[in-house]
Amino acid sequence: MALRTTRLLLLVGLLILVSLASVAIGAKPIPLGDVWHALTAPTGLENDLVVRELRVPRTLLGVAVGIALGLGGALMQGHTRNPLADPGILGVTQGAAFAVVLSIYTLGVTSLYGYVWFAFAGALVASVVVFLLGSGRSGPTPVTLALAGAAVSALMHGLVSALVLLDRQSLDAFRFWQVGGIAGRDVAVLWQVLPFLVVGLVLAAVNAVGLNALALGDDVARSLGQRVAWTRVVGVVAITLLVGGAVAVCGPIGFLGLVVPHAARALTGPDYRWLLPFSAVIGAIVLLVADIVGRVVARPGELEVGVVMALVGAPFFVALVRRRKLVKL
Amino acid sequence: MTGFRLGPVSGALRWRPFAVVVVGLGLLVLAAAVSVARGDFPIPLAQVFDVLTGGGQRGQRFIVLDLRLPRALTGVFVGAALGVAGAVFQSIARNPLASPDILGVTWGAGAGAVGVITFGGSLGVVGGTMAEVGVPLASLAGGLLAGLLVYGLAWRRGIEGFRLVLVGIGVSAVASNFTHYLLTVGDVTDASRVMVWITGSLNGRGWEHVVPVGAALALLIPAILVGTRLLGALQFDDDTARGLGVRLNGARSVMLLLGVVLAAVATAAAGPVAFVALASPQIALRLAGTATPPLLGSAVVGGLLVVVSDLVARLAFGGFELPVGVVTAVLGAPYLMYLLVRSRREARV
Repeated sequence: MALRTTRLLLLVGLLILVSLASVAIGAKPIPLGDVWHALTAPTGLENDLVVRELRVPRTLLGVAVGIALGLGGALMQGHTRNPLADPGILGVTQGAAFAVVLSIYTLGVTSLYGYVWFAFAGALVASVVVFLLGSGRSGPTPVTLALAGAAVSALMHGLVSALVLLDRQSLDAFRFWQVGGIAGRDVAVLWQVLPFLVVGLVLAAVNAVGLNALALGDDVARSLGQRVAWTRVVGVVAITLLVGGAVAVCGPIGFLGLVVPHAARALTGPDYRWLLPFSAVIGAIVLLVADIVGRVVARPGELEVGVVMALVGAPFFVALVRRRKLVKL
Repeated sequence: MTGFRLGPVSGALRWRPFAVVVVGLGLLVLAAAVSVARGDFPIPLAQVFDVLTGGGQRGQRFIVLDLRLPRALTGVFVGAALGVAGAVFQSIARNPLASPDILGVTWGAGAGAVGVITFGGSLGVVGGTMAEVGVPLASLAGGLLAGLLVYGLAWRRGIEGFRLVLVGIGVSAVASNFTHYLLTVGDVTDASRVMVWITGSLNGRGWEHVVPVGAALALLIPAILVGTRLLGALQFDDDTARGLGVRLNGARSVMLLLGVVLAAVATAAAGPVAFVALASPQIALRLAGTATPPLLGSAVVGGLLVVVSDLVARLAFGGFELPVGVVTAVLGAPYLMYLLVRSRREARV
């Protein structure tokens, strides 16, 4: 027990360090002293403006999205008991993508503020459809939920491909949304979706105990007094809010939700009461690190965080998988 | 179920999977024939038959033998190869979501091909004919490389399904993000070509595409069929499979490599036609009522899905032709959903 607490505290410390680095590092490096100055007593200097108007919102956004995607991934893998499930497999990502493309194609929306609500609505509709399909006659089971999600995602993806191939302008706008990133977002966008993320966070925390029971199989969970269907509903709502909000702001950032829970499982074991906070913190750390690397490697330009994430994270992940004794779902 | 004995060979014949294969083959021939007959210049089925038996006018011979037949056959073979590869991967990983996408093969192939398209197009590093020949070669190399990389990295005193899948996720993520990045680098014309390639298309496929996939199928499907018993044993947990006398590492490695080669060859011919490898085994499993994805059933369903989708993609949108990968998902996904909703029992694998 003490070991896990220490590890979690270490990770939180790491997150704070990474956040500071994210504020300090960029096209214009800012010494930590100036960062402190800008945060506590701003005087309107150029550095103060960069920190307060650009870097801090971006960092906050990164932390929020990282937490949301890490948690969403852990919940999704728990509910489908499938190591391949990522938060996108509930149809959330592709539903959002389809709504975005549709809004570009039919309404000519091209600004991020326009996308946000379309993406969120698409994510909600798609995940409700997946849940209903996956429930069938006998309630949702891990296999049907995963397959229904894969089918809906594929359908949405097919429709997206059709639209962007029919209309070149849509393709041009869509391909930049698709890589995913947290650069250049106004802090107002974060406030728009933050309420949804917070509700999702609370529901996820409530869900943890139920997930531990579900991990034993539906029958055992039921005989332990769990209301299986109800636990699933709460979980799916939490996933939709968390991931839908994140996708609406940043575009589909795929790798994070899939991999972070596995990394967390290697550090803390299968208990969801610990796995969820670990996933949240690790998600935020990975997202910020990838964002920082993206700013540094391609100076004076930037690489989108979605691109960097896999290139940086995947080798680390493979090494982790090879070294540790794996915890199965 | 009926038992049979032919000399030294004996076995059990289940009627439902058998019927799925036979009926599916009939439908497949029908769909391929319609695909050859229909198009901008419709040719009656009787005359198609004439041409195939050596008769017919010159124009018709050209259209049927050089344009439509190779395209239809590429569709059949690619679909069958992807269906079998999907069935093998899903049986080995014991996971219905496992497919060549997950094991790195398709995204590796995609990264190879997209690299050639992007650098050969706007950036002008690879030019002209080199780019034409280079795309299938690069995708074959990329697919095999990624598949072997996953296999090598997942090897740790043997292959284990769970570790294989996780390593596959990692490698696929690198390749897919690299592809998405390349998509933003080139100009929008290249981006459009890339989109067509990574959704999978049968447009302009000739005999040079039919032959490699057909040869791979003819060589590898018998080999995989011999291993059906191994796949059947692999569905149990490792200890049970060992108890049944299966050499786990050997069995998994051989089947896996066969599947990787099939998927890579198919992807090189038509691009990663979306959803076929994932859906065909699951559809075949539900139609045949078996516990694990049936190999031949998956092959037939895969071929049927691709050929019918290509027919729709060619004919349904007037003058405009969509890549087949768009339609496979739009046709295949609702059908899989219908089967999911309808099935009462909890499905396995």
